[in-house]
Formats: sequence, structure tokens, C-alpha cells
Amino acid sequence: MNTVAIALNVNGTSHHAEVDPRVSLVDFLRDELGLTGTHIGCEQGVCGSCTVLIDGTSVLSCLMLAVQAQGAEISTVESLSNGEAMHPLQEAFWEKQGLQCGFCTPGILMRAKEILDANPNPTADEIREGIAGNLCRCTGYQFIVESVLDAAERQTANA
Amino acid sequence: MPLMHFRLASPASLIDINGVDELDYIERKNGMLSIGARTRQAQILTSEAAANAAPLLVEAISYIGHAQIRNRGTVAGSAAHADPAAEVPAALIALGADLECVSRAGTRAVAAADFFTGPFQTVLSDDELLTEIRVPAWPDGTGSAWMELTRIYHGFPVVGAGAVVHMSDGTIDRAGLGLCGMAATPIGADAAIDVLVGSAPSAELVEDATSAALADLEPPADVHGSTAYRTRAGRAYVRRTLTAAITNAGGTL
Repeated sequence: MNTVAIALNVNGTSHHAEVDPRVSLVDFLRDELGLTGTHIGCEQGVCGSCTVLIDGTSVLSCLMLAVQAQGAEISTVESLSNGEAMHPLQEAFWEKQGLQCGFCTPGILMRAKEILDANPNPTADEIREGIAGNLCRCTGYQFIVESVLDAAERQTANA
Repeated sequence: MPLMHFRLASPASLIDINGVDELDYIERKNGMLSIGARTRQAQILTSEAAANAAPLLVEAISYIGHAQIRNRGTVAGSAAHADPAAEVPAALIALGADLECVSRAGTRAVAAADFFTGPFQTVLSDDELLTEIRVPAWPDGTGSAWMELTRIYHGFPVVGAGAVVHMSDGTIDRAGLGLCGMAATPIGADAAIDVLVGSAPSAELVEDATSAALADLEPPADVHGSTAYRTRAGRAYVRRTLTAAITNAGGTL
């Protein structure tokens, strides 16, 4: 098997790895780096569960090969918390019941992070449009929208 | 990538152009909007040059998937992928774009109307790369509209249509139309353009042009729509986009 050497930064940590060129980025993150917070839903770019940030921009890690992440800075859901204090988004989702089964949550949190990074005070409509690419089969989205609004308030209050 | 996930495609080798920064640009030059092959769809949505030169392309791209898809997907990638139901190919046909294809043998520009040869098939040969899309900047006052029928919000189009209309002294002097989901390839509709150009807009003219656009089509049937359903929906979307484009160009029906 021909492997390819890649170097990338994931959640602030540099990694060097030899990867099989056919491995998707999400499989690499989960299987090689053990970052199983990023979930695999549809593997066809429809559900948004595998959303991660690459250089600050949300992308679907099932639609990328790991070798394409050469030199990239990747943030997964594991980057949100330092292991002690929750990120304002996580606090808000906790408080506002922004999740039920939790399968879609890592993708939604990362997409919500990008939305709030670009616009600290989005409207409910902007949030709804913004998370249109993240499917949730439990919540009906209302509590998710309220959670992101709450997170925006928390972040603004802390700023 | 989904094709590989589904084991429908298993290419022996893949060449990634993501590292080629020189192919990342949106430029207005010589009356054309030039888009490099690595330019993301999301970049078109925020590009002033694209908004000025080709609002139809911007509008069509706004319907593609969702933010995460547009952040990574490229305009040229959608063209080269040649999905007959996708937005970009039909919009490029409507606008009269050229696609620059480069191989070691040389460079050639192919009109969008000639580029697509079948479902997921183009004139690109095995050793050729689509490097640039050139969209002619239509004159000020041009009206355009993109509309599509999807099963779910921002889902893949069942059918879609894009129209571009320019008027002068109350008469349509230039028009473009592109349809997706209506045939084995994205298609233009020269017969409809012939009906429109040289005439003053009216509801009857739009109806005649719509009939001309649909005349020879027998849209493919699948689980999302029968031939009859697509024909009927396609007729409605052509009529609506033409009406909207004429209105946006300052015309009245």
C-alpha cells in the first residue's frame, strides 16, 4: 500500500501521519487521531454531522480525503472545551435542551461556532438559514436555534 | 467523493488542484468575468465583480447545497462534474460562458452549450483540465432569474431554470436560457431565444418561448418525477424565470 505523508494541525496540536490516500478526513480524525466527537452520518454531504472547521471555515469532513488536509488547521468539536469549562455554545445547548440524541450536535456546534465568529449577534432567521445544512431528527430545530441565540448572548456578555 | 463512497467510482488516481493557488481568482477583464478552477462557490456569493457581471450565476450558486458544501465546492468542479440536474452548468449555458480546457497539447475554449455531452460526461479528454470559466458580462440593465424545484429546502433540483434578458427600446435584444433536470445534459433553448429576441415582451411571447423551449424535450423519469411531471414543472419554471428576468430588465408583461 502506498501511503502519503501529511502534516496538519488539529485542535492546536501538530500531527504527522502516513495515510492511505483513500481515507476520508473524518475517518482519519476518528480512527487515527481518536477524535470520535466528529460523527459520520450520511457520507454523502447531506447531513452535516461531520462538519469541522478548516482554517476557520466549515466543511464536511466526509467529503474530503485526509491527504487533502495537508498543511491545514482543523478544529473539531473537541476544541471547544478545555476539558474543564464548557464553551458558551456547549453551556447554551445544555441549558436550552439543544440536543436530544446528540448525534448531529458536534456538527451543529462547529457550524454554529462559524456563524457566531462571523456574526456575534445573528437573528433567529439567520441561524435557521445558517444551520440548514445540518440535519437533526430529534429536536425540530427550535431548541437548537434558541441555544445558539443564548450562546450569542453569553458570548456578548463575556466579551 | 460520494461516488467513491458508494463504490460507483474507483479512480486509479486522483489529482488534487486544491494546492494550486494560481487557479483561485475572480477577475473582470475584457468584458468577461474570469473564474479560476479552484475558486469556491462561496467566493462567488460575496464577489462584487460576480454580482455586477453575472448576477444569474450568483443567484444559481446560492441554491447549491448549503454553506459547508459551497465553502469547499468549486464553480469549475460543478461544471466538470456535469450533473444534468446541477445549477452551475445550466447557468453557464444561459449566460453563454466559455470553458477553458488545457492539456499538454494546448488550450481550447469550449462554449458551455457544447461542453456537456451526457450525464456526468463532458468534452474534456483524459489528459485535459478545466482551468477557467469565462462568463461574458451582460450589459447594465440586464435582468435575470434562477428558480428550481427541490424536494427539501436547498436539496438537489428536480428541475431548474435560469433566464437572462436584456432590453433596448422596449424590445428584447438579447436573451439566454438554461435548464437543468430536463434532459441527459443541462441544456440551453435556442428555439426559445429565437422567439424572444426582436420582440416586445408580453405574456403571449413568454408562453410561446416556453413552448419552444419545451418542444423537443422528453425529460428523464426517476423516483423524484415522471417525464410528465418534469415536463409540467419545467414549463412552469421556464415561464416564471422568463417572466421574472423580463421584469428585472425593466420590461412589463
